[in-house]
Amino acid sequence: MNEFFGIFIIPGGLLLIFMLLSLIRLILGPTVPDRIVALDTMNTLVVAGMILVGAAFEEVIYVDVAIVYAVLSYIGTLYVAKYLEGGPKK
Amino acid sequence: MRILLTVLYIFLGIGVIFNGLGSIGLLRFPDVYTRLHATTKNTTFGSIFTCLAVIIFSFYQLHMTKDSKFLVLALHTFLALVCLIITNPTGAHAIARAAHRSGVMPKQAVIDQLKEAKLQ
Repeated sequence: MNEFFGIFIIPGGLLLIFMLLSLIRLILGPTVPDRIVALDTMNTLVVAGMILVGAAFEEVIYVDVAIVYAVLSYIGTLYVAKYLEGGPKK
Repeated sequence: MRILLTVLYIFLGIGVIFNGLGSIGLLRFPDVYTRLHATTKNTTFGSIFTCLAVIIFSFYQLHMTKDSKFLVLALHTFLALVCLIITNPTGAHAIARAAHRSGVMPKQAVIDQLKEAKLQ
């Protein structure tokens, strides 16, 4: 490992802890939009953490996975929001 | 080297602190709109700074080792950052709109002036 490994893997671990905090809100959340907000936060943190892991191991494939994950999670969020919004306007 | 380490520590520190504030706000705020307000802005800002740290690190390694892998790492990190910046506010807007249309009111709210304005 190079000397930059610890610099990038420790913030990645902290982001993992923040993901677990968001998971608490996703389990507790009283309404459905609360859970969607928690899921969206977890998606953003996963993308940021995956980029940090890619920099720590100096592998580009983690960053490629992060790009695809960002776009697909965005589509998932839009889909659930559209479903929550209901059918056509009366 | 010392300047690079200082810049990396500052950028990663800013990123981690703002991401943590977003998660704590998600736990502590009372209703869905304030939670959305806390998480979206804080996690976007923090992710911008962690990605900038990775880009600076990649250009330093490219300058030192002349390995084209680091140029690819920097460009793909920039692409992921652009995806994140475009998709994150749009998703938050969609969530807020869906929450309002599905009838979730802010805590302690009595009247809904947006719905009254739309009915007219």
